[in-house]
Amino acid sequence: MGKPMQVSRFWRHFKEKYRLVGSKCKKCGKIHFPPRQVCNECGSREMEEIQLSGRGKVISWTIVRNPPSGFEYYKPYPLALIELEEGPIILAQLTDVDPEEITFGMEVEMVTRKIREFNEDGIILYGYKFRPPIK
Amino acid sequence: MRKAVIIGVGMTPVGEHWKTSLRDLAVEALLNAMEDANIDKVDSLYVGNMISGPFVEQENLGALIADWAGLGHIPAVKIEAACASGGAAVQEGAKAVMSGLEDVVAVVGVEKMTDVWPSDATRYLAYASDAEWELFHGASFVALNALVMRYYMHTYGYTEEDLALFAVNAHINGAKNPYAMFKKPIKVETVLKSPYIADPLKLFDASPVCDGAAAVIITTPEKAKELGIPKEKWVEIAGMGRAIDTINLANRKDLLTLKAAKVAAERAYKMAGVDVKDIDLFEIHDAFTIMAALSLEAVGAAERGKGAELAKEGQIAIDGDYPIQTMGGLKARGHPVGATGVYQTVEAALQLRGEAPNQVPDAEIALTQNIGGTGSNITVTILRRV
Repeated sequence: MGKPMQVSRFWRHFKEKYRLVGSKCKKCGKIHFPPRQVCNECGSREMEEIQLSGRGKVISWTIVRNPPSGFEYYKPYPLALIELEEGPIILAQLTDVDPEEITFGMEVEMVTRKIREFNEDGIILYGYKFRPPIK
Repeated sequence: MRKAVIIGVGMTPVGEHWKTSLRDLAVEALLNAMEDANIDKVDSLYVGNMISGPFVEQENLGALIADWAGLGHIPAVKIEAACASGGAAVQEGAKAVMSGLEDVVAVVGVEKMTDVWPSDATRYLAYASDAEWELFHGASFVALNALVMRYYMHTYGYTEEDLALFAVNAHINGAKNPYAMFKKPIKVETVLKSPYIADPLKLFDASPVCDGAAAVIITTPEKAKELGIPKEKWVEIAGMGRAIDTINLANRKDLLTLKAAKVAAERAYKMAGVDVKDIDLFEIHDAFTIMAALSLEAVGAAERGKGAELAKEGQIAIDGDYPIQTMGGLKARGHPVGATGVYQTVEAALQLRGEAPNQVPDAEIALTQNIGGTGSNITVTILRRV
């Protein structure tokens, strides 16, 4: 991969990707991640921000062995659908876990990790990944 | 509203066409279709293509292809709906004819995927996901389909072997199609022994990266008569439906229902005045074996969770109740993404004309279903022998 796009493309999502901020519909109460302008349950446009806890359970997972360019360095890596305790499902990489030990319903928590680097210009993207909770 | 009939079809073989460019593939398929219809001009051109920009650094395909096919100063545009671009282009062409705005329309679907490295192809395909929230995290389309596949197997108790039956069926049929990329039957073991590309999804659960182009010519029955096209060659576009779902798989209300396909199929059945029992063959979107199972459920051929049962019971074979992928499907014919929906249309038309190499006896009505994204943008079209 060559040069990244404008840095602004990445920093405009700091809130979501660093802190896991979603949206909650004031009318029907549905919680969304990523946040939406329009509720996909009731069509309302009245939204408020909601801080998600970052705790959830694995509902499906895969091991990516032929990644899209830019992610070759990390392969193979586990990627999962996680149902957050507030309801929404989120797609994220799992980290600090042996791929053999991933199970349906496994509890996980959000952590901030490096997502990828762009070689030439050196921009580094961070964001959420999920790991088994540290007890 | 006027009726629309397909009066000509054309294709290039699907494969790794390293010596042929996107424009030459498209022009070849288009000229083949025009020759089949015995016409030398059209009112308009619709190009189904997903992603020529990143793949070959060329957009404005309407102008490119109409110009190089010598079609003169006609209107020509590219239609994009991810991997459903071809199906959408056929429907846009049919709509133009049905509305009365245009009398003779050409539709060509084309994709050239082998001019870039495989990892770049994987990246470009993922532009049709919710890239900011899926590709950003290193999700390929294979990975997204693998997440659905594992969940499906877990929910309904299917094995990797069960889903492999879809690939086996596709290869049996593809072996008889001279335009297919893979003309070799395979066994369940072949699928199971192929390497994981995103567990539990294996190389032989997936369609290949490839190149190809297919084209159809659409007009009204009146015009077809005027042009002297024999009726045996007419195939009516009897029903059309199209719908979207959440672009982001994680936001799907039900991960195991292709809701967009369900809605699109209902619209198409209603328009054609038929139901699933009337369909003689199904060209569905088996980009991954799991999508074949979910597609059969979405178009009503199987109940929820029972799609893979049809494969186990042998009902998806040419002589079964629900024959699918009669020319190899995406798995064996190949899946040049933006061209696939047009290939499906051509193959269904050949079946209805009684000219298919793997003929479904007395086929009268066919259904094509073309999926874009991870089920986010889907077309269903019903074709009928006139």
